[in-house]
Amino acid sequence: MSDETIDDTDGTDVDAATEPEPEPKRTLTVTVDGRPFEAQPGSMVIDAAIAAGSYVPHFCYHPRMTPVGMCRQCFVEVDGPRGPMMVVSCMTPVAEGQVVRTDTPQVKRAQEGVLELLLVNHPLDCPVCDKGGECPLQDQAFSHGPGESRFVEQKRHWEKPIPISDLVFLDRERCIQCDRCTRFADEVAGDKLIHFISRGNDTQVMTFPDEPFSSYFSGNTVQICPVGALTASPYRFKARPWDLDQRASTCTTCSVGCRTVVQSTRDELVRYQGLDVESVNWGWLCDRGRFNFESIGSDDRLTTPLVRGESGLEPTSWTGALGAAARLVTEALESGGPRSIGILGGARGTNEDAFAWAALADALGVTLRDAQVGDGLPTEVLGLPRATITDAANAPTIVLLGPDLKEELPVLYLRLRDAAEKRRSRIVELSSVGTGLSRYAWKRFPYEPGLGAQAVSAALADPEVRDQLARGPVVVVAGRGNLAESQEVATATLASLLDGLTGAGASWSVLPALRRGNVVGALQLGMAPSEGAGGGLDVLRAAAEGRLELLVLVGSDPMADCPDTDLARRALAGARRIVAVDTFLTASSEQADVVLAAAAYGEKDGTTTNLEGRVSGVVAKVTATGTSRPDWMIATELGLALGHDLGFGSVDDVTDAIATRVPAYAGVTRTAVARNVEGVLTEAPLAFLPPASSSAGERNNYDYRLVVSRTLYDRAVGTATSPSLAHLAPGPAALVHPLDLELVGVSAGTEVQLVGARSSVVLPLHTDATVPRGTVRVRFQQGGGSVGELVDASTPIVDVRIERL
Amino acid sequence: MTDTPTPTSYTVPGLVPTGPRLITARFDVADGFTYDGYVRTGGYTALRKALTSMTPQQVHDEVRTSEMQGRGGAGFPAGTKWGFLPPDVFPRYLVINGDESEPGTYKDRMLMELDPHQLIEGVVIAAYAIGAAQAFLYVRGEMALAQERLAQALNDAYANGLVGRNILGTDFSVDVTLTWGAGAYIVGEETALIESLEGERGMPRLKPPFFPAAKGLYMQPTIVNNVETLSNVPWIINESGQAFHDLGAPTSTGMRMFAVSGHVNRPGVFEVPNGITTFRMLFEAPEYCGGVRHGRSVKAFIPGGASAMWFFDEHLDLPLDKPTVDQAGSMLGSGAIVVMDDRTDMVAACWRVVRFFARESCGKCTPCREGTTWLERILKRMLDGHGRADDLATLLDVCESISPGLAWPPRQTTICPLGPSAVSPIASAVRRFQHEFEHYVQHGRPIDGVERHAIHGAGAHV
Ligand SMILES: Cc1cc2nc3c(=O)[nH]c(=O)nc-3n(C[C@H](O)[C@H](O)[C@H](O)COP(=O)(O)O)c2cc1C
Ligand code: SF4
Ligand code: SF4
Ligand code: SF4
Ligand code: FES
Repeated sequence: MSDETIDDTDGTDVDAATEPEPEPKRTLTVTVDGRPFEAQPGSMVIDAAIAAGSYVPHFCYHPRMTPVGMCRQCFVEVDGPRGPMMVVSCMTPVAEGQVVRTDTPQVKRAQEGVLELLLVNHPLDCPVCDKGGECPLQDQAFSHGPGESRFVEQKRHWEKPIPISDLVFLDRERCIQCDRCTRFADEVAGDKLIHFISRGNDTQVMTFPDEPFSSYFSGNTVQICPVGALTASPYRFKARPWDLDQRASTCTTCSVGCRTVVQSTRDELVRYQGLDVESVNWGWLCDRGRFNFESIGSDDRLTTPLVRGESGLEPTSWTGALGAAARLVTEALESGGPRSIGILGGARGTNEDAFAWAALADALGVTLRDAQVGDGLPTEVLGLPRATITDAANAPTIVLLGPDLKEELPVLYLRLRDAAEKRRSRIVELSSVGTGLSRYAWKRFPYEPGLGAQAVSAALADPEVRDQLARGPVVVVAGRGNLAESQEVATATLASLLDGLTGAGASWSVLPALRRGNVVGALQLGMAPSEGAGGGLDVLRAAAEGRLELLVLVGSDPMADCPDTDLARRALAGARRIVAVDTFLTASSEQADVVLAAAAYGEKDGTTTNLEGRVSGVVAKVTATGTSRPDWMIATELGLALGHDLGFGSVDDVTDAIATRVPAYAGVTRTAVARNVEGVLTEAPLAFLPPASSSAGERNNYDYRLVVSRTLYDRAVGTATSPSLAHLAPGPAALVHPLDLELVGVSAGTEVQLVGARSSVVLPLHTDATVPRGTVRVRFQQGGGSVGELVDASTPIVDVRIERL
Repeated sequence: MTDTPTPTSYTVPGLVPTGPRLITARFDVADGFTYDGYVRTGGYTALRKALTSMTPQQVHDEVRTSEMQGRGGAGFPAGTKWGFLPPDVFPRYLVINGDESEPGTYKDRMLMELDPHQLIEGVVIAAYAIGAAQAFLYVRGEMALAQERLAQALNDAYANGLVGRNILGTDFSVDVTLTWGAGAYIVGEETALIESLEGERGMPRLKPPFFPAAKGLYMQPTIVNNVETLSNVPWIINESGQAFHDLGAPTSTGMRMFAVSGHVNRPGVFEVPNGITTFRMLFEAPEYCGGVRHGRSVKAFIPGGASAMWFFDEHLDLPLDKPTVDQAGSMLGSGAIVVMDDRTDMVAACWRVVRFFARESCGKCTPCREGTTWLERILKRMLDGHGRADDLATLLDVCESISPGLAWPPRQTTICPLGPSAVSPIASAVRRFQHEFEHYVQHGRPIDGVERHAIHGAGAHV
């Protein structure tokens, strides 16, 4: 990113947005087909008409995108200064006293005319079309069409579906050129990779030559296409809409917590659709969240519990496995007491799972527990004044100090990108490498890993930034942008930023950008280190130093999750016994003595908490794989085996217990969750960041400072076991600035050795112009030479040399 | 290049009204397109006058007084249009529409090829009047000579301090940027042109809300004017708006260029006194087209570009006057007149025009994208001898889906007027020559006495 300040010629909108709105929201009275209706100012006639109960057929209009008035289907009659006029209702704003008619003969004629025209070239291959049965064209042809077509000419022919990306197929014969997919790609996703080409009757959606539609958000185009022109490979020909059974749920792949509709047929998950909720995802999903349901039906899933025997892990009965686990707990308690047991996990389960395990830990007196393994921020970050996504997306200033949101929290990226594009917010980005939001940032303050405090000072000393901060609420999106920078350093940088903002008189709040699905819920519900007990890294260190009799991994996979691979390896080797609760055998759980097969999302009911602290429901849509059980049930049964009755007979009991026992969750009753599609917001008790100091020094000129960051597609179990996504991971690579590649003296793609203080790894070297000079960025968890070998969680930063082989 | 006849005189007593040649006079000057030739023949005096002795408001007032109607098609008075700019919103832009692509229209091309400096002078004066610091001159992609000459002229004008910074030593500055299209008729529509200038696909924007004067190029206030419109500005400044207003008729002031093609003896571009010359004079006077070929009579003619409703012999004595022609149910539009003699096959002629619009539809809106091609296919099938009994009814009904009521001025279900443009020829021809269509359906061939063209029996396009 060469330009640190993106010139913003039109700052006035931002000003306007910050002005307090004293006027209470008022409505406008319009008449729709004779009935008065109170419409929202700024809404379109089509919104008012449909809300007032007069359906207006439409194709191109989508309430989450700019109206374009292209399909011409939504004609209505509006009384104008020169008498009644036909207008496209999707482009006509409501006005006080407006008289709207949706059913005059002229309107009917126009609507029928357009529908007939839409069908002239439509192949009408409904019987073999995935959209058939849920198709707006089919439905509206039936409700608003002329009934028959007079078109006797040859229809337009194109090659039947062509792949436009690894996931999406385009059937141009079915396309009605509504511009929804293309508009989404441009306006919502910012990936203008599909476009109309040719003209007139040959107009077609197309990618640019040799450039596939490889957007992280491509699945949304399939969902919003009003015909069967776009289909996604995971669902193609899998089911017919009338055979689908569906329930509203929540995506837990990351902590954005997008609301979804989970659809299954014959006890098999076949599709996730985005549910439009105002506060979170606006109907959008990222492709990882949308398509990784495939992993739930994976053949690699654990179907029974396993216990280590003569020849390794062997399948066993639940009675046997729980008995074995209980024995290990009892032995540990006997020989080392509760302080010799550590429990890691909870972030991959439901609130109920985390709460039940925390309750069991409480019952056993185990204090060494954490839902994070050195890959997040201290729990106290949740007790800072918390912002919602909507707060962030409406704040005049958004300060980014954390991960690349496009890679880690994709739909949050969409919301913040929208805030910047629509000029509601200015983004100030503090980061060591360019991110997906860099091009939308108003100002960037790049910093060398470890020296974030300098960037904070520079930002706060900038007079324009100071003016900007005075314009109203500031939301800090805080997370871990670099896993090679220690949690201590990240915390210290955040603390200096927040102190600086307070000093500058800014009114700030924090949106924690912790990535794993239910990490916030797990931490808030007790899977957090208690005071003085130390966090996940300390649990691993205790294990590595032989101080743990038993390590319990509840969906936690330190080998994959902990940035310090060596520590994770030593911990798993050093713990005397390991019990793992998991859906798959992972690099960590395969080392356990007892593996308890866990039910996955889609197989269990419950609730989840997103990064805002918003609680929403997740549902069981299919029968759990094999004999696998939800984590909360495993905790309960293990408790019973140990003589501790946690008192949970059903998942509802756990949900109720959370509402009654956890003050922050007092409002999170089952009825509240069921009733609020937007979820229920919780608030953690106020806290302060623990003191942290950053002791990173300057970089030696021969070294490169290491940045380890995630990409959306990696070797994570859910992705690796989803066939449609598995091959999308970019693969292992070290990325340097093009000039540094020259300095190293190899051509792009050559394998080089990254030599650190503790170890070295071999990786192909590539260029990335968003990586500053003197920095090397390595994607986390991509297989190949594990970069985690270079990371030492106890050092503030990691410097490496790049050596030719 | 079409042969441009130079009328020897405008003074056939009693037949043809006379008038000076305001903007085509330099067509006869061999080097009129060069900087030297232009300056030698009085060029850039209007610019000097405007910039050194008039305020922008005074320039605007002269143009307003002239009541010059825009020459791009809609015929909206230029002075009034300039007044639509919201006060105090800057930057604002001037866009010059040189995309001229309507079949039969080739007047702007002549102006750009033969007198590019006159256009540039008009552009700078107009920019001064409306307060634009940046103008964009958009030339049709195929007009290579016009592009070359305009580029040379612009370079010379820059070199001589007539465009750019501190023009003629005053504190007025304007940059003029030349761009060319990529061969699409629709880019002549002003909002599509703006999209194209922004680097987008040339597709019209919706009006409302995107009226260029309020939200035009880069969402800033923008005036779009035709090449001929602005070419008249230097004369108006030199001679006064009133002098312009005194020419032609009060309802259509000034001189105006008409491009006549079709079945006349001498097709060409003529600058005639607007509002008083009649179609008959234009077709028949020896100064102009010199009569219909082979002494035949006029069966139909298109009075103002392919989008216009057709006229017939009873319209021959109408003057070339905007309100008169509007009231008679058509328009002067872009000033392209196409004459069809009494041997013309109306179905074939109709198909030719419809095919043009079907191919040039931008594809943005359903009725035009799907409807114009459907119309074209039905007509082609009729021509090929495969007409069906219900074709005529279907034809008119599809027209109705594009342009409800088949009224004039057309109502439209489309985004821009291109869709209804394909309806005009059908509505006109069917209204007058329904029997020709029916004959095709019944007998698979045209009525007797019309000329058959190669199109008969040729394979369907695409
Ligand atoms: C389909 C379509 C094509 C047009 N093509 C042209 C054109 O080629 N040249 C032109 O000057 N105006 C064209 N126009 C008219 C322009 O939209 C616009 O009205 C004109 O440039 C304004 O200039 P004026 O006010 O000086 O006439 C076209 C309009 C439509 C609807
Ligand atoms: S592919 Fe679907 S969404 Fe895209 S333009 Fe065609 S019909 Fe619309
Ligand atoms: S952004 Fe996160 S919560 Fe939303 S769909 Fe993607 S992975 Fe799921
Ligand atoms: S009427 Fe035709 S040219 Fe005009 S916007 Fe619609 S499709 Fe494009
Ligand atoms: S929905 Fe209004 S024009 Fe398409």
